[in-house]
Amino acid sequence: MLTNAILSGLTMGGTYALVAMGLTLQYGVSRIMNLAYGEFVIAACFAALVLFASAGISPLVALLVVAPAGFLLSWAIYRLLLMPLVRRAPSRGALEVDSILATFGMLFIVQGIMLALFGGDYSSYSYYNTPVDLFGTTIAANRLIVLAVALAVALAAWAFLMHTRSGTAMRAVAVDPVAAGLVAIDVRRVAAAAFALGGAIAATGGVLISMFLTFNANIGVVFTMKALIVVIMGGVGNVVGALVAGLILGLAESFVATFVDPGLTIAVTYAIFLAVLIVRPQGLFGARAR
Amino acid sequence: MTDRPVIAIGLGALVFAALAFVPYMVDGYGMSLAIAIANYTILATAWALFSGPTRYISLATVAFFGVGAYTVAVLGEVLPWPVVMLVAAINGCLLALLVGLSTLRLAGIYFVIFTFGLTELIRQVVTWYEVKVTSTVGRYVFLDIDQQAIYWQLLGVAALLFLSGYLIGRSRLGFALRVIGGDEMVARHVGIDTTRAKLLLFVLSALFMTLTGAIMAPRWTYIDPAIAFNPQVSFQTVIMALLGGVQRLWGPLLGVIPLTLLFDWLNAHFPNHYLLILGIVFMLIVYLLPQGVAGALARLRGLRSRKERASAAMKEARQ
Repeated sequence: MLTNAILSGLTMGGTYALVAMGLTLQYGVSRIMNLAYGEFVIAACFAALVLFASAGISPLVALLVVAPAGFLLSWAIYRLLLMPLVRRAPSRGALEVDSILATFGMLFIVQGIMLALFGGDYSSYSYYNTPVDLFGTTIAANRLIVLAVALAVALAAWAFLMHTRSGTAMRAVAVDPVAAGLVAIDVRRVAAAAFALGGAIAATGGVLISMFLTFNANIGVVFTMKALIVVIMGGVGNVVGALVAGLILGLAESFVATFVDPGLTIAVTYAIFLAVLIVRPQGLFGARAR
Repeated sequence: MTDRPVIAIGLGALVFAALAFVPYMVDGYGMSLAIAIANYTILATAWALFSGPTRYISLATVAFFGVGAYTVAVLGEVLPWPVVMLVAAINGCLLALLVGLSTLRLAGIYFVIFTFGLTELIRQVVTWYEVKVTSTVGRYVFLDIDQQAIYWQLLGVAALLFLSGYLIGRSRLGFALRVIGGDEMVARHVGIDTTRAKLLLFVLSALFMTLTGAIMAPRWTYIDPAIAFNPQVSFQTVIMALLGGVQRLWGPLLGVIPLTLLFDWLNAHFPNHYLLILGIVFMLIVYLLPQGVAGALARLRGLRSRKERASAAMKEARQ
C-alpha cells in the first residue's frame, strides 16, 4: 500500500510539476496571472480525446500536434488580447489586476465553448490501461508512461532555461524586466515567447492527464488552483522549485487519499496552500521578500 | 454646505421608503427580480466598500454568504429569527477577522488566490463534514418567511449598508483607506495604521455579505454546499461591482441592475451558453470600461465641463 501510494503520488506529482512549470513561466516571465490556465489544460485533454477516438491517433503522437497548437494559440492570445493590457498598465500591480480580470473572462469563454461542444459529462479513454508489476505492487502502464514523459519534458524545459541563450533571456526578464531591456533583450518578444511556451507546456500536461484521469469541462479551475499552489510553493518563476513542489503536492495528496480519507484530498491541498501563503509567501525556496 | 449630509441621508431615506412599496406593485416574477437585485446590490456594494479603496480583489464573497446561509440552515428551526441572524453575523465577523489578520499583509495576486482557495477549502470541509459526520448532503430550510419579508429584510440591510458606506466615506477611516489605495507605503509613512484600517473595513464588508446569505437562505428551502458556496456568486459580484465602478458608493448599483436583468434573461433564453456570454461580458468590461460606468460618466462630465469652460473662455477672449 505504501509503494502504491508513493507511485501514484509521483505520477500525479509529475503532472502537477509539469503543468505548474508552464504557469510559472507565464507568471514569472510575462507577468500575466493566467486564471484560464487550467481551461487550456482541459482543452488539450479534449483535443487528445478527439484525436484518439475519431482518428485512433495515440496521445503520444497527438502531443506533436497539440503542444505546438498550444504554443501558437497562447502566442496569439498574448499578442492580441494581453498586449493592450501590458501597454496601458501604469504599474506591475495594475497589470496583475487587469490580467487577472481579463483571463477570468477567458476562463468562462473557454469553459463555455467546451461545455457547448462536449457537455458537462466526464470523459476518458483507455490507452495502455494494462497492469504492470513494479516493486511488488501493480500500476497501470499509462501512469508510468505519463510519469516518464512528464519528467522528460520538465527536464527539457529546465535545460532550455538554464543552458540556452533564449532561456537565459527569459530568466533575465523574470528577474528584472527593466534591466533586461538595458542589456538589449527585447522584453516584449521574450515575454510573448515565455507565455507561448507556458501554453505549450499546459497543452502537454493536458494530453498526459487525459491518458489516465477522467475529466470534464468544469474541472479546469482545479488544475489552475493546483498549478498556482505549486508555483507559489516553489517560488514564482523558479522552475526547479515548481518541480520539487509539484512532487511534494502529488505525494501529499496520494498519502491523504490512501491513509486518511479520499474525500479530504482537495481540502488538504488548499490547507497546505493557505499555510504556505501565510508562513512563506515567497515560496519554499524563494528568498525574495514581497 | 453644512446641510449636505442631512440632505443626502434624507434623500436616501426617501428612496428606500419608496422601494419598500415595490412588493405591492409587482407580480411574483417581478418580486424575484427585485430580490435578486437587492441581493446583488448588497453583495457588490459591500465588496466595493472594501475592494474599491484598497484595490484588494476578494473572491471570498460567497464564503461569507455561505456561512450566513449555513448558519440559518443549521439553527433556523432551533432559535428565534433575530438570534439566528445575530449568530450568523458573529460567525461572519469571526471568519473575516481570522482571514483578515492572516492575509491582509499579502499583496495583490496572493490575496486574490488566497480568498479563492479559502472559499473552496470551506466548501470541501463542509461537504466532507456533512457526508461523514451528519450523513447528509443537503439540508432543508423550512421557515415561515415569504418573499416579501425577504425583500424587506434585504432592503433594510441595504439601507444600513449605504448609510455606513456614506458615513465611512466622510470619516477619517474613509480618508485613510483612500490614501492606502493611492499608495500603501505613503499611508504608512503618514502614520496610518494600514492593517487596522483594512481589517475594520474587511470585517464590516463581510458582515453585510453574511447577513445577506442568512436572509436569502429561506428562499431555497433546500441548500447544500455546492449551492451555498457557489463560486459563481463571488465572480458575478466582482463583475457587477467593476461594471458599475468601485470608486463611488452608488457605483456598483449601476452594474448590478443591468447585469442582474441580463443574467436572468440569459438564464431563461440561453442556459447552455450562459458561461460563454458571461465571459464575453467580463472581457468587454475589462477592456472597454476599466473605470466602470460611474468612472466613464465622471470622465464624460469632466470632458463636457472642460469644453464649456473652454468655449466660455473663447467668448471672453473675443470680446
